[in-house]
Amino acid sequence: MTSVTTALPARDAPTGRVVFRHSLVVRICHWINAGCFVVLLMSGLEIFNADPALTWGPATNFDHPFFSLSATENDNGDPTGGVTTIFGHAFNTTGFLGASRGDDGELDERGFPSWATLPSYQDLAMGRRWHFFFAWILVINGLVYFAYLGGRLHIRDLWPSLADIKAIPRAIVDHARLRFPKGDEALHYNVLQKLAYLSVVIAFPILILAGLTMSPAMDSAFPWLLTLFGGRQAARAAHFLLATYLVLFVVVHLVMVVLSGPINNMRSMITGRYRINEVER
Amino acid sequence: MTGEGVIRPAAPRLSRRKLLIGLGVGAATAPLAGCDAGSPAALKVLEKAEALTKAVQRALVPRTALAVEYPRAAITPTFKPNGSIDPEDAEYVALKQNNFTDWKLEVGGLVERPMKLSLANLRALPSRSQITRHDCVEGWSCIGQWKGVQLSAILASAGLKPQARYIAFFCADTLEQTTDNTGRYYETIDFIDAFHPQTILAYEMNFAPLSVGHGAPLRLRVERQLGYKMAKYIMRIEAIDGFSGIARGRGGFWEDRGYEWYGGI
Repeated sequence: MTSVTTALPARDAPTGRVVFRHSLVVRICHWINAGCFVVLLMSGLEIFNADPALTWGPATNFDHPFFSLSATENDNGDPTGGVTTIFGHAFNTTGFLGASRGDDGELDERGFPSWATLPSYQDLAMGRRWHFFFAWILVINGLVYFAYLGGRLHIRDLWPSLADIKAIPRAIVDHARLRFPKGDEALHYNVLQKLAYLSVVIAFPILILAGLTMSPAMDSAFPWLLTLFGGRQAARAAHFLLATYLVLFVVVHLVMVVLSGPINNMRSMITGRYRINEVER
Repeated sequence: MTGEGVIRPAAPRLSRRKLLIGLGVGAATAPLAGCDAGSPAALKVLEKAEALTKAVQRALVPRTALAVEYPRAAITPTFKPNGSIDPEDAEYVALKQNNFTDWKLEVGGLVERPMKLSLANLRALPSRSQITRHDCVEGWSCIGQWKGVQLSAILASAGLKPQARYIAFFCADTLEQTTDNTGRYYETIDFIDAFHPQTILAYEMNFAPLSVGHGAPLRLRVERQLGYKMAKYIMRIEAIDGFSGIARGRGGFWEDRGYEWYGGI
């Protein structure tokens, strides 16, 4: 018996029932969003590689970026290693960040390695083409998502209640023990799921706003964007950091999908049907 | 197979040295195979986003909306020059030696009254000074002061013919050596930008005569677009009805190499 089972009306739960979990719109939006995210991330890293450093404020502080990727060179000017600098602290990231091996096996000076960028070779113009095309798909998809499901009903699914907040410590312990909700409790998102999904639903629009703040045309019409982020370069940094947060979310998301029943989870996001594991008697 | 493998043409592999030169000097043209040698269908699809971006931004952004102007204290200590920084073209070198006293801006094409203006002529005209942010397509920004003549004033005195649709800027610098003579820098803008109050032909930067690195004797400022739209080393301005016949036909040096004609984002 676990704390979960004692809280549930276990006898009422029919065995192994299949519930309809995700509506068609949510499922389609989810997969379009997932595809766009991969393309936008990789093409975004391509664009970042053209100037692989971040600073705050309106203009670039070339001498003191808070984050930069660079390469060390030998006397011939050939790269010998990759260096990641964060708040003045340098880390050797040879082979991954700053300098990595290309198809010919030679070390190239590159911010992010070719396997992480779209296109794989250095081509800012093509990176921008990919990025802006899929940014539009993401935005249109997001508008559909918010229009159909951003209404009260779906937000209520994600907004944590007071009881949820109080249950955070228990939820953390349960997750750490890989003890996942069963029975009726599995019909709803638990508090950690709510907070994670809600943060993503909030992060995406802010990330898009930060991206738009990098547009000089948008800045002329909406100068408050610059105020909001603290300048164009700060918006560029925010865009990068929010994208980093989303990458972390996706990693945890995928780990949880695998740990809590990958086939059942995938089916629920493809067909909508989700099998509830019943509580042990 | 990775996602990118689906459409990526067999791309020429850039050596690191070429890559560095390309990034530093702004001549990373070799890998733009998709644009130079018969665009793959996928690129054609991706390019559609540009028209959408332009249409939406032009609808959202009022024609007269001004780029943010900054206080003097915000000026970047070392403004990074980019693209050509010291043209080696013989004509330019000769003009530079005489401190541009022999230089004259030609205004022609579809205008009623073609003109030639010396630097002294330009300096005698009413001027506009602005401290603005320069956003490079690479990602960085610098803030600087610019002073010059509003392009709208020049166009008004030259008188545009009715068939004129764009303004083209032809420059002194060859940024890429090519066999077909398409490596000379040029740019085109439409009338929305040409007649914007902050669109100036600048002869002064940071309260000093424009330096060679930043485009002496005259450069364009189009404050609501990215840096590559702001042609340096301007020799000739033409009113034109289209740009398909210029160089590789996409409306600018970098546009010919895959970058968007609309540089507002």
